[in-house]
Amino acid sequence: MKLTPEEVQKIADLARLELRPGEVEKYGEQLSNILSNIESLKKFQTDTIEPTAHAIEVPTPFRNDEVVLSDARELTLANAPEREGDLFKVAKVL
Amino acid sequence: MTYETIIGLEVHAQLLTASKIFCSCSTKFGASPNGNSCPVCLALPGVLPVLNKKVVEYAIRAGLATGCTIAKKSVFARKNYFYPDLPKGYQISQYELPICIGGKIDIAVNGEKKTIGLTRIHLEEDAGKLLHEHPTTRSKGASWVDLNRAGVPLIEIVSEPDLRSAEEAVAYLKTLRAILIYLEICDGNMEEGSLRCDANVSIRPVGEKKFGTRVEIKNMNSFRHIENAIHHEVRRQEEVLKEGGRVIQETRLWDSEKEITISMRSKEEANDYRYFPDPDLLPLLIDDSWINAVHQNLPELPEAKKARFMSQHQLSEIDAETLTSSKSLADYYEACVKIYGDAKKISNWILTELLRELNNSGEPIEQCKVKPDGLSGLLQLIDQGKISGKMAKAVFLDMVKTGESAKDLVAKQGLSQVSDASTLEPIIDKIIIANPNEAERYRQGNEKLIAFFVGQVMKETQGKGNPALVNEILKRKLKP
Repeated sequence: MKLTPEEVQKIADLARLELRPGEVEKYGEQLSNILSNIESLKKFQTDTIEPTAHAIEVPTPFRNDEVVLSDARELTLANAPEREGDLFKVAKVL
Repeated sequence: MTYETIIGLEVHAQLLTASKIFCSCSTKFGASPNGNSCPVCLALPGVLPVLNKKVVEYAIRAGLATGCTIAKKSVFARKNYFYPDLPKGYQISQYELPICIGGKIDIAVNGEKKTIGLTRIHLEEDAGKLLHEHPTTRSKGASWVDLNRAGVPLIEIVSEPDLRSAEEAVAYLKTLRAILIYLEICDGNMEEGSLRCDANVSIRPVGEKKFGTRVEIKNMNSFRHIENAIHHEVRRQEEVLKEGGRVIQETRLWDSEKEITISMRSKEEANDYRYFPDPDLLPLLIDDSWINAVHQNLPELPEAKKARFMSQHQLSEIDAETLTSSKSLADYYEACVKIYGDAKKISNWILTELLRELNNSGEPIEQCKVKPDGLSGLLQLIDQGKISGKMAKAVFLDMVKTGESAKDLVAKQGLSQVSDASTLEPIIDKIIIANPNEAERYRQGNEKLIAFFVGQVMKETQGKGNPALVNEILKRKLKP
């Protein structure tokens, strides 16, 4: 399966990646190879097999609705590129 | 050409759990910025989400109350997009396999009943909050992120495109909101954003089967906004079509000050969310015994309560409907009935005097200073002949203002009704003597003049004479 340069560019845009000249071709070829490999799975007959997202059918575990106060604020804000007071500061949106 | 309006609503309801959907952070509104955040909801590397059991229970409640099928197996999916209020770069939601499927909500517009289908109800996490002005420094020119809301549990209730007018949309939303509040799973507060509504609006020529291109409207945080926004959007689309243009599929924001919708982004490029099952979360399995347990503990819903008020208390449909329109009003009424007993009298007082005062002040009933025992106490004073019905209405207004009991107010203002014949008789004698002509005419058959005498007595007693007793004494004394 060969991706078109437009498809590669769209995938890059959706992932917020800026591609330099030549990279559309370079990554386009790598992505196409990955897809072709995955494509080889199509030769298996899967009509009778239920699609699953996990290898074994285990139900999700639960937690009870209990509050545990977190002390992560300072730690995370300290790692933020920019903060103002207790808020993360980001480029103007809208 | 005349057009038909087609509306489908997507309603996000914040669930009233104490902790977030996938971590143990508090969901409390109004905490200090980013105080309710932890490595899980901040999406730090290496953390794993663990599902809050209560969230699932609440979603089952919502599903059962609206006639949905509860899925034995549902799956969490990642909805991928970038926005500064979304720390993970994806929102955990449900896509192909939601927790509730189908269902319906019955609405009434101007007495006409209609059933609105539900497509689905699914679970998801909320995003954080973006501020465009710093709350303390008031500076602009950047945006600020508070992630306290990130990870707060939501259910999204998606309706079928069954709504045909802004009025129907509002009726649907009001009914849905009442159900969620009755279920005690959402506080329904639209201003604080615990209940949010997006509307998909399209129009098509009357008789046409195919749907027109739909526009999604966001940012409407009151019933009035929703009604105005839909009206505006329908007019806008009609104009586009009349001028030979075509409606573009897009998201528009409602600007409530300018009363217009503004294009936010074109959906054609933006909605490539690349959903896929979240590898961090296993399938959510729900067995029959869990569903049955939730079913057995479902609280009484508005429709059932209305029917019960009609059969048990002999209320009219319209009265029962108004009393059950909000859970707090129904609870207030029932508390009064429990204390006072006479359901019909209570319902009359609530529906006229109390609701009028609440409408005037705009206060919710929870904040009303007259509590059920206060209103019951007032009605008891009437029954005991201590005050007249007319006086009670004036006393009630003072109760609303001061929160004092009827008994105290009556004592303080010296309002107590004079129900003592020995006090009233000398006054009445005096009045009859002072008005010999009227007395004579009454005795000759002009019985209407009784009202004149009652008026005189009331004037003399400053309105405190017990009307029934005054009447009785007058009739006796005026007898030819």
